[in-house]
Amino acid sequence: MHYSIWSLINQALTGNRNWAPVWRDPEPKSHYDIVIVGGGGHGLATAFYLASRYGMKNIAVLEKGWIGSGNIGRNTTIVRSNYLLDGNEPFYEKSLQLWEGLEQDINYNAMMSQRGIINLYHSDAQRDSYVRRGNAMRLHGADAELLNQDQLRSLCPFLDYENARFPIMGGLLQKRAGTARHDAVAWGYARAADQRGVDIIQNCDVTDFLIKDGVCTGVETSKGTIRAGKIGVAVAGSTSRVMAKAGLRLPIESHVLQAFVTEGLKPVIPGVITFGAGHFYISQSDKGGLVFGGDIDGYNSYAQRGNLPVFEDVCEGGMAIMPMIGRARMLRNWGGIMDMSMDGSPIIDKTPIDHLYLNAGWCYGGFKATPASGLCFAHLLARDEPHEVATKLRLDRFRRGAMLDERGAGAQPNLH
Amino acid sequence: MIINHPHLGPRDASEFSILGDASLINRPDWQAGDADDAFYSYLYLRDNPAGLHRELWFHEQGDRSWLVVTRDTVTHAIIDVALASDIAKAATSKMSKVNAGKKTAAKKTAAKKTAAKKTAAKKTAAKKTATKKTTAKKTAAKKTVAKKTATKRDVT
Repeated sequence: MHYSIWSLINQALTGNRNWAPVWRDPEPKSHYDIVIVGGGGHGLATAFYLASRYGMKNIAVLEKGWIGSGNIGRNTTIVRSNYLLDGNEPFYEKSLQLWEGLEQDINYNAMMSQRGIINLYHSDAQRDSYVRRGNAMRLHGADAELLNQDQLRSLCPFLDYENARFPIMGGLLQKRAGTARHDAVAWGYARAADQRGVDIIQNCDVTDFLIKDGVCTGVETSKGTIRAGKIGVAVAGSTSRVMAKAGLRLPIESHVLQAFVTEGLKPVIPGVITFGAGHFYISQSDKGGLVFGGDIDGYNSYAQRGNLPVFEDVCEGGMAIMPMIGRARMLRNWGGIMDMSMDGSPIIDKTPIDHLYLNAGWCYGGFKATPASGLCFAHLLARDEPHEVATKLRLDRFRRGAMLDERGAGAQPNLH
Repeated sequence: MIINHPHLGPRDASEFSILGDASLINRPDWQAGDADDAFYSYLYLRDNPAGLHRELWFHEQGDRSWLVVTRDTVTHAIIDVALASDIAKAATSKMSKVNAGKKTAAKKTAAKKTAAKKTAAKKTAAKKTATKKTTAKKTAAKKTVAKKTATKRDVT
């Protein structure tokens, strides 16, 4: 069913009795041309772009739980392309461009809202570094504006400009950035992929890879053996665990990142705002809750919950820039498991095992990358070569010394 | 999380900073032939297990000791805490014992070789090369066994 104002009116007038399930629930076939392991945002997007842009047929997405049960369903929904490095910025800008046309592409309301992001700066040196970053963004076709304090005051009068320790001097604004409805993105991609013939198989746990003479020919699952021409793994958070079944050790550690939401409030925060001196980012959801987060907890974890010291640190960051939120009551907080790579950048590449491909290492920036990640992984699976915006997101870059270290922190995953 | 410090008793984890996998204690030999591979694997590749994980914690806000904490990454439960210096010392003494053993073994084989040379002085060079070949084969076989025992392949 194509969603439109007419389908809505039609259903409303007929008592909403004729809505069809949004995707099928097929039994797995014994063979597919391409199997995607992982039914999160990236896996579903990959399947969608394989079917829609690369004309591939006979594709399956295997998901251990239910689709969208991973980080696509538990993030702070920020979409932006304000990166500095050559290997990153074109990729994230491509992603933002795909976000801009996403709802038309997949015929689904992902509530994409380009309400802008402001990175605050607190010193002259930081202003200079933001000028540099803004210029790098503009060189790659993204938009960036440097705001001085007066311009910022007119947009965000509620910030603590007189803070003695971290005075707010201005910000770097990307107007095209914003937020999107996270789980609608998963459902939208799933529906669009399903309509193009992709089998989405839920509750299907991949227990092993079939590997003979260095070639992967399929997967063992809880629903039986599934053979495939190519296998793409997009299971960020569990990458090390899954790829260990193929005998691979990876430059990845799993860490927990917490996020927080307050009770619903009237509109108070115009877009996304990030703290430049600590680590804190905040936006307001369409329901009114303030959605915010900060650093990862810093220790390896597969538990989808964190600890209180980071909770406190994040809230202190918030209070430092906008004391007005101090009286908002916290509604809930949760944790998600991140693939922290050794340089803080992702991996979309072949593996040393033929016909086995890897999409991993998203750190805590995977949501904004969903469309480009899907597109580039689809390109790699279909054409056996990296997409032009993902040529540097390679698995062997650590051995070659060609790190994409956006933060300049070195091979220390918990610092990225 | 509460870390039970061997000297200071239970301390809050926020007093510590974490470096990562405790295998970082075992720094590879930079002069070894495979130092390139060994350092790549040491610096970048991680087991990243779901379950028990031995990791290095630094008591930054305390006595500045390094600890090896055995922790469950699924439940965050801390199973065991030890001083990293004790573990490193134990490892080095073990290593020195192994090395000492190797040296005596080397001496023995050297002695055997000289004895063999004396008794088999008349043996032809061809035979010598043959024995060399067989020993080479044996070492090659040992290497393959070693490879097989290493269950996990490193990503190149």
